[in-house]
Amino acid sequence: MTIEELDQIAASVRTEREQYDHEINVCLGTGCLSQHSDRVKEALAQAVEASGKKVYVRRTGCMGLCAAGPLVLVDPESTLYQHVHASHAETIAASLGGAPVAELQCDLRDHFDQQVHVVLENSGRIDPERVEDYIANDGYRALLTALNDMTPQGVIRQITESGLRGRGGGGYPTGLKWGTVAKAKGDVKYVICNGDEGDPGAFMDRSVLESDPHRVLEGMAIAAYAVGASKGYIYVRAEYPLAVSRLTACLRDARRHGLLGNGIGNTPFNFDVEIRLGAGAFVCGEETALIASIEGRRGTPKPRPPYPAVSGLWGKPTLINNVETLANIAPIIRKGGRWFAGMGSERSKGTKVFALTGKIANTGLVEVPMGIKLREIIEGIGGGVPGGHKFKAVQTGGPSGGCLPESMLDIGVSYDALLSVGSIMGSGGMIVMDDTSCMVNVARFFIEFCMTESCGKCIPCRAGTAQMFTLLTRICTGKGTMDDLALLEDLCSTVKEASLCGLGQTAPNPVLSTLKYFRHEYIEHIEHKRCPAGVCQMEAAEEVHA
Amino acid sequence: MSPVETDVKTLVIDGKEVSAHAGQTILEVARENEIAIPTLCQLDGLSNVGACRLCLIEIKGSNKLLPACVTAVQEGMEVVTSSERLLKHRRTILELLFAERNHICSVCVSNGRCELQSMGQQLGLTHIRLPYRNPDLKVDASHERFTVDHNRCILCMRCVRACAEIEGAHVWDTMGRGINTIVITDLHEEWGESSCTRCGKCVQVCPTGALFEKNKIGADHPKSPDFLPYLNMMREAQ
Repeated sequence: MTIEELDQIAASVRTEREQYDHEINVCLGTGCLSQHSDRVKEALAQAVEASGKKVYVRRTGCMGLCAAGPLVLVDPESTLYQHVHASHAETIAASLGGAPVAELQCDLRDHFDQQVHVVLENSGRIDPERVEDYIANDGYRALLTALNDMTPQGVIRQITESGLRGRGGGGYPTGLKWGTVAKAKGDVKYVICNGDEGDPGAFMDRSVLESDPHRVLEGMAIAAYAVGASKGYIYVRAEYPLAVSRLTACLRDARRHGLLGNGIGNTPFNFDVEIRLGAGAFVCGEETALIASIEGRRGTPKPRPPYPAVSGLWGKPTLINNVETLANIAPIIRKGGRWFAGMGSERSKGTKVFALTGKIANTGLVEVPMGIKLREIIEGIGGGVPGGHKFKAVQTGGPSGGCLPESMLDIGVSYDALLSVGSIMGSGGMIVMDDTSCMVNVARFFIEFCMTESCGKCIPCRAGTAQMFTLLTRICTGKGTMDDLALLEDLCSTVKEASLCGLGQTAPNPVLSTLKYFRHEYIEHIEHKRCPAGVCQMEAAEEVHA
Repeated sequence: MSPVETDVKTLVIDGKEVSAHAGQTILEVARENEIAIPTLCQLDGLSNVGACRLCLIEIKGSNKLLPACVTAVQEGMEVVTSSERLLKHRRTILELLFAERNHICSVCVSNGRCELQSMGQQLGLTHIRLPYRNPDLKVDASHERFTVDHNRCILCMRCVRACAEIEGAHVWDTMGRGINTIVITDLHEEWGESSCTRCGKCVQVCPTGALFEKNKIGADHPKSPDFLPYLNMMREAQ
């Protein structure tokens, strides 16, 4: 495969498209599929065939606005229909070429106009399982350019210049990581894509893998070329069956087109990828635990150093990047590191995908430039809190993150800003809570999650989270005392500072941040045996004075 | 001339200047210089896992606490092995252990010879602030010579490592996650029904009364885990 051949494929896709007057894109991501968008697509295909119009009906990945699913996008008019049912197919088919179906139309300009799509540029636009669709949208051009015109050092320089930082949550500079692996001694090296997305309420990586899998494969191949690896693994959760089946199909296609395998792009570069399924352990998102899991061992973390960059999979230098990080690589190589660095804030460049969930009007996936205010995401793009309720807190970063109150909504979203107010960027989960949520109960929920997901290796995380859960349960049931609160804070510091891996070190964050911003709710539970939000059941009012 | 790379590192531990070979851990160097750092999961002769977190130390210039058992020395490092902050964490970790399962010293075969008990005394632990979890755990006495009492296990994984690394049998392993983790023999067979070679190394390395020999208590039951480095040395010599 050469760049000229890519051009030919792209040209033939364009010629094919010119035959049609309209294109109907139907979202077949997990969200819309759960509402039978496959039946919608089938019905639409039948309806347009019956109508005799020249229309192409395409399966696509996620369009972002999961709350309004199933979504259907009609091109070239760019008409977006929401809550489409199979019974609407004939109406839509009839409307083609005329006025759009008003009652189905989704008019959320604010939602889409404020977003900047880099990672999601193809999501909802291409058929994820057709490599030709990806190639027609500049796919694999970055890989062949890198292989033919750039040295590995040159690739790393572009990534460093872009200022890209790890999107899995840690925010480690990607260029620096690549440089370290490239410099590590060893004839065998590995590239691993971390798709073990486990945060409650987060589905960024799943959507990318379902909607544009070739983008991740291309990113991995470029990374492998830059660090000198010839073998890659995608570690993806078995709970993402659609992502796994699409990845499997795409791997086959990429090999068939000579974009993976031996002698890629008529160069001596060899690279192939294998899929490894995770069995649903949250801790396997931690890189050393993930490596243990790929090796077939129990998924428990190891102390670092040595870092995987020096001694990783089977003791070899290993590059581990998150799905979203790798999805950023191809556009950076195509458009240059400087282009990427032109977006975002001073120390956090580019864009970030967030999964908006909870008490918010426009549940779904959004991609915004770094530095945008939380308020703009929640009230603007997200459409605010529905049902006349009042915003109370936003939880970023999943179980490792913190809950931020209204007063913090004007900070710009960046790794450093979120860290400075007691939360983290994390992988991009954003859970919005309104006045019906009890913050003590929220903290208890996240600690329970960490307790059940702790691997059990180190004592602070294993026993510490269990004790914190017990203390929070006491407070939530009205049995808590001020001594319990003091003990809870004491445990937070030990679990945070003494735990072995990131899971334990960040597990107290939801407790610490709710104690910082919503301490009065804890006090109310303890001193007045009252849950201000009316969530917690108080059991033991009579025991208090005993 | 390029600077000469030397194999010897000099560093400061608790204000004392010490020298070390490159690749040695802070714990090894501290012990050579009679600086005591508390440990539970670490045992000479077994691989280090850095799991008990008692050996955490401070390094000047870094806010992070690092486990001395797996952290290699570096030139010019300034190590602090005891401080208010470290003592607080070490005591809390011990409290977490004592409250996690059913550690009742007075009825334990290892009373007076238990590493957990003596660590508590050493660190001046006078009481447990945390609620006792009192889990309902099994005792497996199916083996003809040994018994495992999960109520006294602290999950240090010494038995797992001794069985896999020294005996080469890998009968012991772990099951379950987080607070529900337990050590198991084979695929959770009873110990007596397992592929155990009956060598007893796991019993000797167990720091508490979780693994013990039948018909022996207290003074009859001294554990001597010191044979491991000797065994390793003799094997290497062969």
